[in-house]
Amino acid sequence: MAKPMDKITWQEIETGSVVTEIGNARQYETGSWRSERPVVDAKLCIKCGVCWLFCPDSSVKQAEDGHFEADLVYCKGCGICAKECPVGCIKMVSEEG
Amino acid sequence: MARTRKGIEVSIAMADAVAQANVDVIAAYPITPQTHIVEHLSEIVANGHLDAEYVPVESEHSAMSVCCGSAAVGARTFTSTSSQGLALMSEIFTIAAAMRLPIVMALANRSLSSPLSIWNDHSDVMSVRDAGWIHIFVENGQESYDNVFTAFRIAEDPDVMLPVAVNLDGFILTHMIEPVIYEDDETIRKYLPDVKMKNALHPDNPVSMGCFGMPEIYTEAQMNREVGVQNSYKTILKAWKEWGDITGRHYHPVETYKADDAEYCIVTMGSYGETAMEVVDSLRKEGEKVGVIKLRLWRPFPFEEFRKAALGKKSLIVIDRAISFGGPGGPVASELRSALYGQPGAPTIVNYIAGLAGRDVARADFRNIILEGKAKAAKGETDGFTLYGVRG
Repeated sequence: MAKPMDKITWQEIETGSVVTEIGNARQYETGSWRSERPVVDAKLCIKCGVCWLFCPDSSVKQAEDGHFEADLVYCKGCGICAKECPVGCIKMVSEEG
Repeated sequence: MARTRKGIEVSIAMADAVAQANVDVIAAYPITPQTHIVEHLSEIVANGHLDAEYVPVESEHSAMSVCCGSAAVGARTFTSTSSQGLALMSEIFTIAAAMRLPIVMALANRSLSSPLSIWNDHSDVMSVRDAGWIHIFVENGQESYDNVFTAFRIAEDPDVMLPVAVNLDGFILTHMIEPVIYEDDETIRKYLPDVKMKNALHPDNPVSMGCFGMPEIYTEAQMNREVGVQNSYKTILKAWKEWGDITGRHYHPVETYKADDAEYCIVTMGSYGETAMEVVDSLRKEGEKVGVIKLRLWRPFPFEEFRKAALGKKSLIVIDRAISFGGPGGPVASELRSALYGQPGAPTIVNYIAGLAGRDVARADFRNIILEGKAKAAKGETDGFTLYGVRG
């Protein structure tokens, strides 16, 4: 695990701000941005994978039974999956509620 | 090629130097007055005399983008531009420095539009002053040729890793035919080792370049760059020293002519230094205690050397080749004022902006500027600037 971004000193930055730890965007948990989360009605889901295809942040995972669900660590709650779902089985639910 | 002295157009000599430096990639878009540099390089590559990729891009923005890509894999990379071309590549120009990519550029200085002008001044380079590149200014053909090699040597040094612009005055230098000594290939090969880049892009060692940075990290990234540019100074001195040891032609961040016992000095950057020296010779014969201070290195700014040359003089007459509209004067004069502020023994500065868009500044004009500047300094008229020769 790399040092948290707000603890890194200027001396620790690689020349040219090159990032040598590949895939470290994973450490950035964008789920904290969310105000609404997608909730899937598994009874309606036809397992087509359109939500998985359209998710701009690769935050839709396929469960072992073939259903799709959001990875809430990274899901920003943009709602594209709900908009694109052909059977309307995804609803956006307020995080406040 | 053996060591030889030939009469040659400066642009061609520079292109030959780039070929002797054995570059891997050239990406450029032709623009006056840089055209002969890239045309000649294109011929050299097309004729099979240089094993390099010549990428004839569709714009300067693309030229600098290609340069970034090729420098990122550790390929020796060259480009050249002027004026509007530099303006068009400015987005990627800054990124090249931030990503610490050791690109070398011949920047054939030309005025920015409008009015549309193809002629020489320094308004193009001043528009990218703060982009984080190293800027060297040359005065004649030999210096243009020599500093292609020193620029690669500086840029690619593992302690530096920064792009370097060799600034040469458009037409005044690019289209001038002068005697230039070419060094032999073996000398160049020894002076310029292969590029060794720590984090070059390679499938075996994947890295990410040009990443996103949150406010939590941006300040630290800029500090890292600033220290990088400052640290390049000692490598620049070393690269010039070694070049001087090999060729007998020595370069320094600040150079002076008859300045030691001078009471006042004219300060120039670029090709004007040549004329200034001639005029100083004739004024010296008339008893004027005048000398020349020439800035060769613009970034990183050579504070120590400049102060050493300037402190103790009565006044400096600074010639700028660009206007900072609504600002304190020409960019050179304002930086010199800043460098001298609060220093004991600091001379006053009289600032002239002259030679915009290639308007001739002949020996008689230098003489006027020096004598009028001296009189202004004596009367304490040292604020702002004078736009030399403007009608009305």
